[in-house]
Amino acid sequence: MVWRRIFRTLAEGPATEPAAPIGDAATQALAAQLDAAAQTRLGRSLSIRHMDAGSCNGCELEIHALNNIVYDLERFGLRFVASPRHADVLLVTGPLSRNLREALIQTWQATPDPKWVVAMGDCAVDGGVFKGSYAIDGTGTGGIAAGVPVDLKIPGCPPTPAAILVALRTLIDANAG
Amino acid sequence: MMGPASEIILRGTEEPCRPWIRRTLSREDWTALVAALPAQPGLALVTLWADTAQAHALFVNEDTGDILPVSTAIIEGGYPALSPARPAAAWLERMVRDLWGHSALGGTDDRPWLDHGRWPHTFPNAIRPGPMGPPPEPPEFLPVTGEDLHQVAVGPIHAGIIEPGHFRFTAQGETVVRLEIRLGYTHKGTLSLMRSKSPRAAARFAARLSGDSTVAHSIAFARATEAALGVEAPARANGLRGVMAEIERIANHLGDVGAICNDASFAFALARFGFHREAMLRAAHAAFGHRLMMDAVVPGGVAGDIAPGGAEAILAAIAGVEAELPELVHVYENYSSLIDRVVGTGVITRTLADRFATGGHVGRAAGRTGDARLHPGYPPYPDLMVVVPSFPEGDVDARVRIRFAEIAESIRLLRLLLQDLPGGALATTLPMLSGEGIGCAESFRGDVWHWLRLDNGQIASVFMRDPSWAQWPLLEAAIEGNIIADFPLCNKSFNCSYSGVDL
Ligand code: SF4
Repeated sequence: MVWRRIFRTLAEGPATEPAAPIGDAATQALAAQLDAAAQTRLGRSLSIRHMDAGSCNGCELEIHALNNIVYDLERFGLRFVASPRHADVLLVTGPLSRNLREALIQTWQATPDPKWVVAMGDCAVDGGVFKGSYAIDGTGTGGIAAGVPVDLKIPGCPPTPAAILVALRTLIDANAG
Repeated sequence: MMGPASEIILRGTEEPCRPWIRRTLSREDWTALVAALPAQPGLALVTLWADTAQAHALFVNEDTGDILPVSTAIIEGGYPALSPARPAAAWLERMVRDLWGHSALGGTDDRPWLDHGRWPHTFPNAIRPGPMGPPPEPPEFLPVTGEDLHQVAVGPIHAGIIEPGHFRFTAQGETVVRLEIRLGYTHKGTLSLMRSKSPRAAARFAARLSGDSTVAHSIAFARATEAALGVEAPARANGLRGVMAEIERIANHLGDVGAICNDASFAFALARFGFHREAMLRAAHAAFGHRLMMDAVVPGGVAGDIAPGGAEAILAAIAGVEAELPELVHVYENYSSLIDRVVGTGVITRTLADRFATGGHVGRAAGRTGDARLHPGYPPYPDLMVVVPSFPEGDVDARVRIRFAEIAESIRLLRLLLQDLPGGALATTLPMLSGEGIGCAESFRGDVWHWLRLDNGQIASVFMRDPSWAQWPLLEAAIEGNIIADFPLCNKSFNCSYSGVDL
């Protein structure tokens, strides 16, 4: 059965969608967000460590989707790794609950330089609907920036896999550019 | 069969909660209730919560089907604990203490739960929150004694793309002798953010209690609001809610089965199930404008109509699932290296599942048969004759097979619902009234219950119970006697929500 499906896939072609072109405007808008100092060359491949800083788990579902065969993240040189020590990019979700603040900072410290921090989802960008809660750090602009410096923001609740993919590919482009 | 404990509840003073009357018991009667609980095991504790003046419990009499909310006044900062008679109350009592400051007198466990010592004040939901506590101590874990034991501490940050929580394994060699779970990391103060808001504004929080069950939680919240205000959602809204809920169920089951197989290193299944999950989410987007359908269900009805072409997109997606599912089930059942990992792994017994009144795939894979779509039941389901699968084995494999059966059933329901969508309005306007209501819905994970009290159209008090409250403690039991390497499989087959119980 497995082989039959695999042969069929060979005949029909993969389910993976061709990469959408990254619009110039999108690239520029995102690239403009990047701190110039963070644009250290890492080549055309990035290792990403996800960290949940108090999300509702909606953002995680869409990160998982990036790994499915339709988006197939790895063809872009992007892959998820299990330890912050192997990561170039921290992809952080959630509004930064106070109960995870220390864990986020430790994760950030464990990530070797040069590193980028991406705030994914409205929560991570500025606290989203949870802004103003006693249980959220909320210092400054709120979101995860209350705990660690943020290089790139992906708004959305949750952002679509397509939007996440554009942002991450922009990171590579801006970085290799 | 009434039972001694139900009789005590029925003695209480009736409070105007809809659709189920809530009864307030004196301290003496509540104490008598706790004493009578062991004699009536069929009186299941669904949840326990509080407001500033009372502790509330929701019981379901599994013998008669009666739904019995019951309360007692907080006297001198406490109420008699339920945990000696109902172990499921232990985590809930710790949660009530951390949020409202009420102590469970005589409770089995008084360690903090949600409060990790990092909030600006203690008892955030109390009338007068306390001062900030002392700096956080390392958490205290249950003591273990025995020969050659070692501990493995995992989390709160895990190696995968998964929510945060701490797992403390005590193992003898490779075999786990005890797992203790510590949660609360994602606590966002959701209940307190909902207070003083209109139901419409507060619904956004209900939709974000656990993103994977956003539709089910939104339905339960909407139904609680509608009950409190004495209004009904229009028939078309109920039909559309059903469509969304079944899409959500199929998508989650597909994602979970793929992930479980992947944890047994069977990437083929992950690829195929992931592909179909994506198709379901795209159909949801085409029909309702959002892949997870967040905020699409609102108190009073639904936020918008199904888009033109939406029904066709859903039908195409489920046709795709249906065409390949038998093949995938066959592959699952005949891959010996996969079956070797899932059969007999992470077993929970019917007795244990009954004690925690566990719903969803976890309960039904251990022989339970409950489903909120049937009991208490709510539109659009009563006419659809929902078939609920149940298997006795209680292992990872049974939990997978429940998902397969539910996917097929939800496909059938979706076709019926889309065929017969009633016409008419999409939402009723909500009067600015006071009232108290309870709403229930069946998420892919099990029964979701919401309770709220409205004061002139604003939320005075609210509680949302995710099914995971009754499943996490069983995960602790499921891994006992298994090897640590099988924990990911057990965990994925449960797939409890962290955010859902962290509140
Ligand atoms: S941005 Fe939205 S989906 Fe993401 S964690 Fe926050 S509430 Fe959930």
